[in-house]
Amino acid sequence: MSFLSTHKLEAGYGDFRALFGIDFEVAEGEAVAIIGANGAGKSTLLKSISGLVRPPPGSIRFRGAPIAGLSAPAVVAAGIAMVPEGRRLFPSLSVEENLLVGAHTRRPGPWTVDRVLDLFPALAPRRTTPATLLSGGQQQMVAIGRALMSNPALLLCDEISLGLAPVVVKSIYEAIPGIRADGTTIILVEQDVGRALAVADRVYCLQEGRVSLHGRPASLTREQITAAYFGV
Amino acid sequence: MAAAIDTILQGVLLGGLYALFATGLSLSFGIMRMVNVAHGDLIILASYLAWVTVATLGMNAFAAALVVVPAMTVVGYGLQRYVLNPVLSDDPLPPLLVTFGLSVIIQNLLLEGFSADARGIDAGVIETASLALGGDLAVGWLPLLVFASAVAVIAGLELLLSRTPLGRAFRATSDDQTVAQLMGIDNRHLYAVAMALACAVTGIAGIYLAIRTTFGPMMGPSQLLFAFEAVIIGGMGSLWGTLAGGVLLGVSQSIGFRLDPGWGILTGHLAFLAVLVMRPQGLFARTRDA
Amino acid sequence: MKGTVVERATPLSRGFWLVATLLILVLAAAPWWLGRGELRLIAEFAYLIALAQMWNLLAGYGGMISIGQHAYVGIGAYALLILSLHAGVHPFLAVPVAGLVAAVMAAPLSRLVFVLKGPYFAIGTWVVADVLRLVMANVPALGGGSGESLTSVIVGVPAWEREAVIYWMALAAGVGLTMGMYLFLTFRHGLALTAIRDSEAASASLGVEVDRVKLLVYVASAAGLGLVGALIYLIKLRISPDAAFSIEWTVLMIFIVTIGGIGTIEGPIVGTAVYFLLRYLLADFGTWYLVVLGAVAVVVMLKAPKGIWGWVAHRYDLHLFPTRRRMRLGTKAEAAAAPALDTVANGAG
Repeated sequence: MSFLSTHKLEAGYGDFRALFGIDFEVAEGEAVAIIGANGAGKSTLLKSISGLVRPPPGSIRFRGAPIAGLSAPAVVAAGIAMVPEGRRLFPSLSVEENLLVGAHTRRPGPWTVDRVLDLFPALAPRRTTPATLLSGGQQQMVAIGRALMSNPALLLCDEISLGLAPVVVKSIYEAIPGIRADGTTIILVEQDVGRALAVADRVYCLQEGRVSLHGRPASLTREQITAAYFGV
Repeated sequence: MAAAIDTILQGVLLGGLYALFATGLSLSFGIMRMVNVAHGDLIILASYLAWVTVATLGMNAFAAALVVVPAMTVVGYGLQRYVLNPVLSDDPLPPLLVTFGLSVIIQNLLLEGFSADARGIDAGVIETASLALGGDLAVGWLPLLVFASAVAVIAGLELLLSRTPLGRAFRATSDDQTVAQLMGIDNRHLYAVAMALACAVTGIAGIYLAIRTTFGPMMGPSQLLFAFEAVIIGGMGSLWGTLAGGVLLGVSQSIGFRLDPGWGILTGHLAFLAVLVMRPQGLFARTRDA
Repeated sequence: MKGTVVERATPLSRGFWLVATLLILVLAAAPWWLGRGELRLIAEFAYLIALAQMWNLLAGYGGMISIGQHAYVGIGAYALLILSLHAGVHPFLAVPVAGLVAAVMAAPLSRLVFVLKGPYFAIGTWVVADVLRLVMANVPALGGGSGESLTSVIVGVPAWEREAVIYWMALAAGVGLTMGMYLFLTFRHGLALTAIRDSEAASASLGVEVDRVKLLVYVASAAGLGLVGALIYLIKLRISPDAAFSIEWTVLMIFIVTIGGIGTIEGPIVGTAVYFLLRYLLADFGTWYLVVLGAVAVVVMLKAPKGIWGWVAHRYDLHLFPTRRRMRLGTKAEAAAAPALDTVANGAG
């Protein structure tokens, strides 16, 4: 039994369909990257898992239980946390308060405010700073820490390198082994293919709402990836 | 001179009542981004609840709060959870129309149930007792108590918002309800809790209104307008601003009323419009909501 | 996408137009074959449709939800009072002039209420209406709080002529404002309006002159309401601030439009029929018809937000006034289909 699986997943917004029969699997403890061009359906896949988009019941299973159609708060309670695209910190809350909101469900586990600050030492002196006054990189760190505060078994990261300087992206990616150390499973949606392939155990490539390629990064050639990415 | 000071003093204390009216509205503005058009009618509903409690249980007017406030809390939770949540969206029209409909329903149900007769609650000597301030000045104990209650309620709510996990969840949801859901916050429940709190304060406001003046089934809309004016004058997102807005409205009405009894409410409206033109974000808006 | 199909006349809508034209001709002749009571009832039906259309124009097409449109009914009523009783203008002429007066008043008042957005605009307009009520109550020359009677200005007109002309004016207002709105939407402003309703920021960036079109709609709605307000008080003949500036007028407009179907031209007609039916059925039960009307409006908003006509039109693909081509381009589902930043259906369900 896989940790998380989708079976013939169809999802979209209103009359618009973004995903066409996605079969997707993740084993416990894995880091899986999802790559693809703009509009390929990567974010919709993450939103379907996290409950922001409600796909038909039965199409997603997590630890053996059906989760498709659950509300976002129910998905968090089940042990799946999401770092949303664009970081989206709560602007009127301080760094610490943002992290504490992440712990709203009080799921038991190792993550505390202090542990997040250990993971991202750059945040330690900014504990009481309003979130809006942080740099983009620091905001991304808070966004990841905020998701970790719910002690998730599965962490979904939507475009965590978007709009950040390479050196900042590097420092954020350096935290990923620390997150995985507790056995937390990670799914990364990334535009930065090189970065994604470097950290992921396996990679899925989406194209126009379908899986166009999947496998271990080492087993895939550059040509295969280019073809799956651009559909040429 | 003493008359001028007295006018302002009475106005300030009247502002305490308006702040109590406005607090519930301010909470639902701030957290749900929703305007409850039935807010004034809920105040009047609370007044009738208090009247019924006093009349049937023979309770003291202030002790009626033990019945009215919990009842209004339940009304608020149910109203939000089962009637308003289903119509909340980015479109402000549906909640506005639904609460507008509720407003007319409440008014006419009260009219059918209690007739158009004006009613009032007798709270005993406190209604007329006053505190001499020297010179010719005196303030009534009741208006003082109302004002002190407004300060206490607002201080309590500000503490709740800034210091407790519930308050943090309110602020987070107010900032970004989508991401708040991703943090595990069930916004349907949270909104219902916010409306329950708003209606609890409305219950207190309704009791004081019933003690202070006579009331009738159709008085809700006026109370809504006063509450709305206090909120907008004070500026969105700040309950202390709402108190200040209530005070400014109370003083404006008090001055108008002193000039000509027919002008009281009008000068209050004009003060509101003046603030709207000169400082549309309100006098004490916090930047995050401006 | 169905919405790109340009649909205009269908056999059904042609049939409707034929029947409607015949009906209007028959109704126009009614003063010769109906009694005073029936004429009054039809006139009321017609002017309520007119009132509702003006709110529908503002809210359903312009996206401006006002709870203070009784301001312009009152302005129209007082314009009639001042013009006919105090300035000696013939009352029949004063009715259209009252519409002009309301339009002239609406321009400066819009500057005040347009400061407020969305739900705040709604309550702000209500405050303005209340200000006008209180101002009128403080003008002794116009009877102050108790108002004045208009009987003296109309008493010289022969009874039949009086009843017939008022009836024709009401009929003309109902038919004319409905048709005027249809034509208005069919010509170039329609597209701009629907665009504004769907997204003010987006239309601004598309070069639609949002402010100018919003002002135009606001003023047009006020003009219609002013005219109808004058007409109503030419029938009632007694004008007081509490009645003329009563929220009841806005209550009727909002309930009728909500129940019938907001954003459709047919909706206010259907809504007015529902209102008359409920009032007739519950005539012996005091104000219960308002409770029931409010409950129907709330249930409609919860279960069928596009109203009775919206539901019928969707179910049977029925469009008597084919402006639907534009309406479809901006539905919520399609707006959400764009690569949305916020894809949650604001999930408070």
